[in-house]
Amino acid sequence: MATLSHLRALEAESIHIIREVVAQFQRPCLLYSIGKDSSVLLRLAQKAFYPGKIPFPLLHIDTTYEYPEMIEFRDRYTREIGAELLVYTNQEAVAAGANPYDLGTSKCCHQLRTRALVDGLKHYGFDAALGGARRDEEKSRAKERVFSLRDAHGQWDPKNQRPELWSLYNGHINKGESVRVFPLSNWTEFDVWQYIHEDSIPLVPLYFAEPREVVVREGSLIPVQPNVKFLPGEVSETQVCRMRSLGCTPCTGAIRSQADSVLTIIDELKEFKRSERENRVIDHDQDGSMELKKREGYF
Amino acid sequence: MAAVLNVPTVLPLHSFLAQQGERDLLRFSTAGSVDDGKSTLIGRLLHDAGGAFEDQIAAVKASKINRAGEGKVDFSLLTDGLKAEREQGITIDVAYRYFATPRRKFIIADTPGHEEYTRNMATGASTCEAAVVLVDVRHGPTDQSRRHARIARLLGIRHVIVAVNKMDLVGWSEAAFRKVVNAFEGAYHVPISALEGDNVVAQSANMPWYRGPALLDLLETLPVGQEAQTAFRLPVQLVIRPDARFRGFAGQIAGGRVRVGDMVTALPSGREAQVTRIVTYDGDLAEAVAPMSVTLVLDREIDLSRGAMIVSGEKPESARRIHAQAVAMQHEGLVEGREYLLRHTAQVVPARLIKGSLAMNGIGEVELEITKPLYFDPYTINRSTGAFVLIDRLSNNTVGAGMIERAARAPRRVSAARQAAAWLRKAADKLEQFSDGAGI
Repeated sequence: MATLSHLRALEAESIHIIREVVAQFQRPCLLYSIGKDSSVLLRLAQKAFYPGKIPFPLLHIDTTYEYPEMIEFRDRYTREIGAELLVYTNQEAVAAGANPYDLGTSKCCHQLRTRALVDGLKHYGFDAALGGARRDEEKSRAKERVFSLRDAHGQWDPKNQRPELWSLYNGHINKGESVRVFPLSNWTEFDVWQYIHEDSIPLVPLYFAEPREVVVREGSLIPVQPNVKFLPGEVSETQVCRMRSLGCTPCTGAIRSQADSVLTIIDELKEFKRSERENRVIDHDQDGSMELKKREGYF
Repeated sequence: MAAVLNVPTVLPLHSFLAQQGERDLLRFSTAGSVDDGKSTLIGRLLHDAGGAFEDQIAAVKASKINRAGEGKVDFSLLTDGLKAEREQGITIDVAYRYFATPRRKFIIADTPGHEEYTRNMATGASTCEAAVVLVDVRHGPTDQSRRHARIARLLGIRHVIVAVNKMDLVGWSEAAFRKVVNAFEGAYHVPISALEGDNVVAQSANMPWYRGPALLDLLETLPVGQEAQTAFRLPVQLVIRPDARFRGFAGQIAGGRVRVGDMVTALPSGREAQVTRIVTYDGDLAEAVAPMSVTLVLDREIDLSRGAMIVSGEKPESARRIHAQAVAMQHEGLVEGREYLLRHTAQVVPARLIKGSLAMNGIGEVELEITKPLYFDPYTINRSTGAFVLIDRLSNNTVGAGMIERAARAPRRVSAARQAAAWLRKAADKLEQFSDGAGI
């Protein structure tokens, strides 16, 4: 055994980070979005404390625009592994009828995701939140520390990040401040899929291709759900497709694909020339979108 | 030559995955300014190895900002991910980029060169095993490239690669290349043209006088994972106790290897125990090596908690006063007489700077006094057990980073005494074994 494979080296690094969070913070949580990255993060958390259980709750920010398959998977899988699940929704915004059609995606996302996340963390008193974000997803994420400090309003200051050398993570914070922690920082989309394959990690069926009823909107395939409105002139059609990343029903497109298993997805991924967040409407609604959202407290 | 980088589509999936599984990981840093062609170089590596996607390239092409010139793609927009960076045309903070070849996976830590952002450069370089410093062949090394090389060496990066760029602009002249080689020390020098691609991924036909490898070749073949040269080290992060029957010590191995049956020593208590299990979620192991994250079970109850270290073989050094190379990373600098929190392995201890104030971005020798003995290895032989950061008690910010060189007082006498003591202990052990055998 000369050197570890890159995947096992990444795994060891991530487990070290997750353990540091439990050692350094009073009340951490894991932001569980039910997607593939969250699923890998969850498995790594199981590994970090084995044979003990995961010593912190999972927090799901439910926008109420989630796919039913995701909610079903969430409830079943977390019960199966014996994890504690908390769900938080910005009820005020939902009651006021927040939706991407009237508010626009940017404002809707701010209300149902960013606001809900910041409020949810405050509501439960979490001082650290583990998330499955990766640096290869988006260029402002590529700049973020593993331990990313947020002020009392949950905001990120990208120009004033703490130095973070070696694997010495500084979790010292003042009252009201919190830290977002990203154990998958150095993983790529490919690494995540390879790990899902090697470690047989269960996923929401939405990732796998099957015939689905969709509307084609600006080149994206938007699966038809009760809360997805048709724009003037739009009609639905059936396409064999799958989701490459998961978000809210009206704002996440599927891709045309025949890949119906982890192996065929990996096979397809080898050939991909376009990034996985391309089909996320919210990333592209204005210049520097993600950086702005993150500054405001987005995950 | 670019075809070498792309995975042949004819490769059956199972052998493709097997090949994926065998690849190791190299982290390297890059530094240099836009003018040196750094972004062009990274852009080329990413683009040719499939680390950048079409929609990202298209977004770069559509951007209002373009410093690369009419008709050219400004690749710096791929790595300068913050709005402020794109607007000002400078790199403020380190950006991480990822690409892979059939031989290896790579993480690039693209670091800023300005002195003002030394802390971010150090952040990026601290986890790297190689550094690529770009130099414009027409101008030779700049303050920025010298600073990067210096910080890279300070942080223990053995492979400093000087990429002498823009060879196309000096008519591929060997003499011009030699001038930079003589002016700027590095482990390797590669003459390249990032713009044209010469000696980046493929050998250049324009420079037959250069017989060394192309840059990517070099990055693919540098030895990795040889940092820690010490015996077994496991800083204990957590004690895992799901129930009364199980007590395991969790941590990431910071050096050497451990096998079931090994006798290990717990520090600081000095108590010895035998490893009975190496526990992981994927099953028990017979042996584990750095940098794996594992949980050890020992054969007897000994005092061990977070911050302790489990070791075997040659012991780490122990001292209350340490001598280190340090970098000051915030406006207030590092001030003699001031007390900081010192974070080292899995522990935090109060420490006072007793010698060597440093102004912001200053690099120099310091001495620290710690409230209790610190167990460490010199940074040059083990980065994990030889590195620390200093945290300001009021702001909680990380204000300094250090690399331990040695115990601060009479190191020679201490280590001589230690050797003598170790020898005596060994001799006593042998005697004991002998008498045990003889007794029965």
